[in-house]
Amino acid sequence: MDSFVRVGDARGVSTLTTDVASSNAALRGFLHGLPGVDKVGADARAAMLGTRSIKTTAKRQAIDLAISMVDLTTLEGADTPGKVRAMCAKAVHPDPSNPDVPRVAAVCVYPDLVAEAVQAVRGSGVKVASVATAFPSGRSSLEVKVTDTALAVAAGADEVDMVIDRGAFLAGDYLKVFEEIVAIKAACGSAHLKVILETGELATYDNVRRASWLAMLAGGDFIKTSTGKVQPAATLPVTLVMLEAVRDFLATTGRKVGVKPAGGIRTTKDAIKMLVLVNETAGDGWLHPDWFRLGASSVLNDLLMQRQKQDTGRYSGPDYFTLD
Amino acid sequence: MFEYAPAPESRDVVDIKPSYGLFVNGEFVDGSGSAFKTINPASEEKLAEIAAASAADVDLAVQAARKAFTTWSAMPGAERAKYLFRIARIIQERARELAVLESLDNGKPIRESRDVDLPLVAAHFFYYAGWADKLEYAGYGTRPLGVAGQVIPWNFPLLMLAWKIAPALACGNTVVLKPAETTPLTALLFAEICQQADLPPGVVNIVTGAGETGAAVVNHPDVDKVAFTGSTEVGRLIARSVAGTGKKVTLELGGKAANIVYEDAALDQAVEGIVNGIFFNQGHVCCAGSRLLVQESIAGELLASLKRRLGTLRMGDPLDKNTDIGAINSAAQLAKIRELSDMGEQEGAERWSPACAIPDRGFWFPPTIFTGVAQSHRIAREEIFGPVLSVLTFRTPGEAVEKANNTPFGLSAGVWTEKASLMLWTADRLRAGVVWSNTFNRFDPASPFGGYKESGYGREGGRHGLEAYLR
Amino acid sequence: MSERLSVRKTYKLFIGGAFPRSESGRSYVVTSSKGDFLANASKASRKDARDAVVAARKAFAGWSGATAYNRGQVIYRIAEMLESRRAQFAAELVAADGVSTKKATELVDAAVDRLVWYAGWSDKIGAIRGSANPVAGPYFNLSSTEPTGVVAIVAPPMGPLLGLISVIAPVIVTGNTCVVIASERAPLPSITLSEVLATSDLPGGVVNILTGKPDEIAPWLAGHMDVNALDLTGASPELALTCEELAAENLKRVLRPPTDTIDWLADPGTARMTTFLETKTVWHPIGV
Repeated sequence: MDSFVRVGDARGVSTLTTDVASSNAALRGFLHGLPGVDKVGADARAAMLGTRSIKTTAKRQAIDLAISMVDLTTLEGADTPGKVRAMCAKAVHPDPSNPDVPRVAAVCVYPDLVAEAVQAVRGSGVKVASVATAFPSGRSSLEVKVTDTALAVAAGADEVDMVIDRGAFLAGDYLKVFEEIVAIKAACGSAHLKVILETGELATYDNVRRASWLAMLAGGDFIKTSTGKVQPAATLPVTLVMLEAVRDFLATTGRKVGVKPAGGIRTTKDAIKMLVLVNETAGDGWLHPDWFRLGASSVLNDLLMQRQKQDTGRYSGPDYFTLD
Repeated sequence: MFEYAPAPESRDVVDIKPSYGLFVNGEFVDGSGSAFKTINPASEEKLAEIAAASAADVDLAVQAARKAFTTWSAMPGAERAKYLFRIARIIQERARELAVLESLDNGKPIRESRDVDLPLVAAHFFYYAGWADKLEYAGYGTRPLGVAGQVIPWNFPLLMLAWKIAPALACGNTVVLKPAETTPLTALLFAEICQQADLPPGVVNIVTGAGETGAAVVNHPDVDKVAFTGSTEVGRLIARSVAGTGKKVTLELGGKAANIVYEDAALDQAVEGIVNGIFFNQGHVCCAGSRLLVQESIAGELLASLKRRLGTLRMGDPLDKNTDIGAINSAAQLAKIRELSDMGEQEGAERWSPACAIPDRGFWFPPTIFTGVAQSHRIAREEIFGPVLSVLTFRTPGEAVEKANNTPFGLSAGVWTEKASLMLWTADRLRAGVVWSNTFNRFDPASPFGGYKESGYGREGGRHGLEAYLR
Repeated sequence: MSERLSVRKTYKLFIGGAFPRSESGRSYVVTSSKGDFLANASKASRKDARDAVVAARKAFAGWSGATAYNRGQVIYRIAEMLESRRAQFAAELVAADGVSTKKATELVDAAVDRLVWYAGWSDKIGAIRGSANPVAGPYFNLSSTEPTGVVAIVAPPMGPLLGLISVIAPVIVTGNTCVVIASERAPLPSITLSEVLATSDLPGGVVNILTGKPDEIAPWLAGHMDVNALDLTGASPELALTCEELAAENLKRVLRPPTDTIDWLADPGTARMTTFLETKTVWHPIGV
């Protein structure tokens, strides 16, 4: 079909978008023309990369890189200004006793707490991200979602983490999903848009690949695995499939999109496996907080503990790191 | 750049003796041939002196096996099973030690010996242990053949030992096994495991040596069964030498497998499958997917992805846990790979390898792709047994199958398509004993393995694997 | 009135569904067990053997690709055709072997019954020799049987009909094609069988029958690189050794001659089928 574009034929994102988003049928044709993903093969590849042994100097480098990529997140109904301020303090100085430890990439909060966060991290370089668009289900009107986004942006959010309409996606209404992303992107203004696919609800890797391309075609700056509210979340193979998507999208369109696995990344080992996955899939061009983020909270203390072990040669304990 | 620091597996888990004798009748004994050395192909350092078994030594081993056969074959299957279960458990307990020793002697990456070879070795013993007291349900005979003479190659030293010894013993045979000259160490450690398991003396005998020792095993008149894995050339000699005897024979020989990628394939997994197909174990795999047959409509795209992927392969120290490509097993094998690769260039194919540093010592060959290969080129017909992929294109499914089958070999093949009916159509027409669809180089003790045509005869693994050891 | 002079049959070879004379133009005298002249049979040459292999190879794709049900029907059809010629075969056996008419009829009946027995195996041998393998991973793993290819058969010298049927039927029922060297001593029933085969819906080339000297022809088939397997049932120990050595060149599957005399009336078992079967194992991932 005319709209099918192969990796390597860099036609530019706007041409491609115009072609494939002209109708739902065209969009469907394009997304279903992407190469399939064999689950067992993808799982095996991710598992093999998970066996990489990252030791000594490489481990130290990886820990600091991982810390600098963390989107420190609190997304609870019980979130308060106090909770957000505490988290922001941790984001700016993850280990108060050790100024060598890099700050995290961003904090991630609900829209109504963005202002609080912006104030708390001001001047630190830590970005403020806000979830929006009727997070986490996305089950509301486009109007509400746009308003939700505008609220966050107005409060000073640097980044917006939107959710796609999984119901529309699974019903085959790709154009609806596409148009929503376009609308939210417009509402973002200069804020960066991360598009949450909620891969746990998409169920298949074929869907993950299609949703990734859909989000990128619609203008997402990042594609993000999960809300953190649905299991499974940021598994290695899902992240692998998304990394392949951004790699191929760059080759096809010339535009680079970031990746953010979120949910379920708890240990240093988990984080380092993600970095290995980036390194050997999309390449080291993505090994930077501008292009790769880890949506997590508890992983930070484990990274700090491992870092201290590297420094002191002793295993540490949770009492030596701040809760938030 | 994210550089992985060296992550070597410790050598301390293995204790290599300065010299090794033959394992005959439950004991290590001197060999009367002139001893040879086994080296680490990654560094060329000598690992140990190995006794060479003369025809007289082989005769003693066969006698020991014959004597042990009386009691071993009469033992209730359930008891034989327990010995095999014991061996399987000891292999698991000593897996790390065996993996390190395998990588040292063979040159394969520790990731493979640890994650592929050793788990499969233990699984193979577990699998056939379970058959020992259920032979009457298998659908073959129930009586063992007698003494099995077994000769195995250097590419999967311990795994091939397991493929040979486990079914033989389960069926009540006794064995005289000759490991490859360049990789005897894990077989000798296995002999120690037999001692630890209190296996009755003579049930397993290990005779080390080169081709002459192998010939003495195969041609010994009191051997009832010959099992060989290795080159088609030697397979032919064996088939000729057993002619007119009553010996039962199984042969697992060479291959030149086609890996067919249709235009609708899951490309990222196909790339992984191609890499796993030809670069696994440095391409020292009889069933390696050495001929990539790619549909012309996606050839450019696939090759670009493949080359990018090859750029991430890590060649070097086999004991480093992050090594993907280890050392070529011997100087002789390296010379053969070089010769055929040079031939490929002379015949007009285009050679490509990713930039990768070659260590100063040891035997190394970078992952290599030849494009523009024609069916008539030697690199498309002969088994290279190294990390060298020949790429050919096709236009239609019919042409793919025709090209895939256009070889005297018939061990394995690969098919990549997301369309089930096309996969089954293709698999049905491929003249090969193992067809991997949307995967490659998978092995399992429950799955029969073996070739068509000049890739040999007989099957190893699964219920089918019992047939070779029963009458 | 003198007795009517009978019209004799010319016994020729059976290659590719046709009945050619030997390209060599040679023939040899076939006599009855009492020494009386019966016929001049064609004495096949190496070139006839070569042509027969070409015919067998050509027929292989279609025959092996036919459904097992179809192959079973064809073998059963051969039994039907044989049944209708019982008297003719019995007479030929009486002439060839000097057995009584009663014994000859028994042997013909057994040959018919053997065909019926093998016909039923066509769609069952795969079920008892194949397997679904429970591998330790997310893979569908299935082993199935496939015919080996072109099989060269040295038919037993004794048992010119039952023995012959008993070596041909197990080879072809699974989808192989074959080149058969008939009993040198008693070749005539084999040619009459060819007439049965030619009228039994069996595609040309699936069975090719050569008459002549096994010692002369068999080594050419044993060394032929486009022959996949050898059944040496009727070969002398010396011929069997020669052939097995030659067969090593392309790793043919070899069924050695029996060490004891075969009782063709006994249950044949499955070995004559399974020796000429390959096992193909297909893997496929399971996942969404």
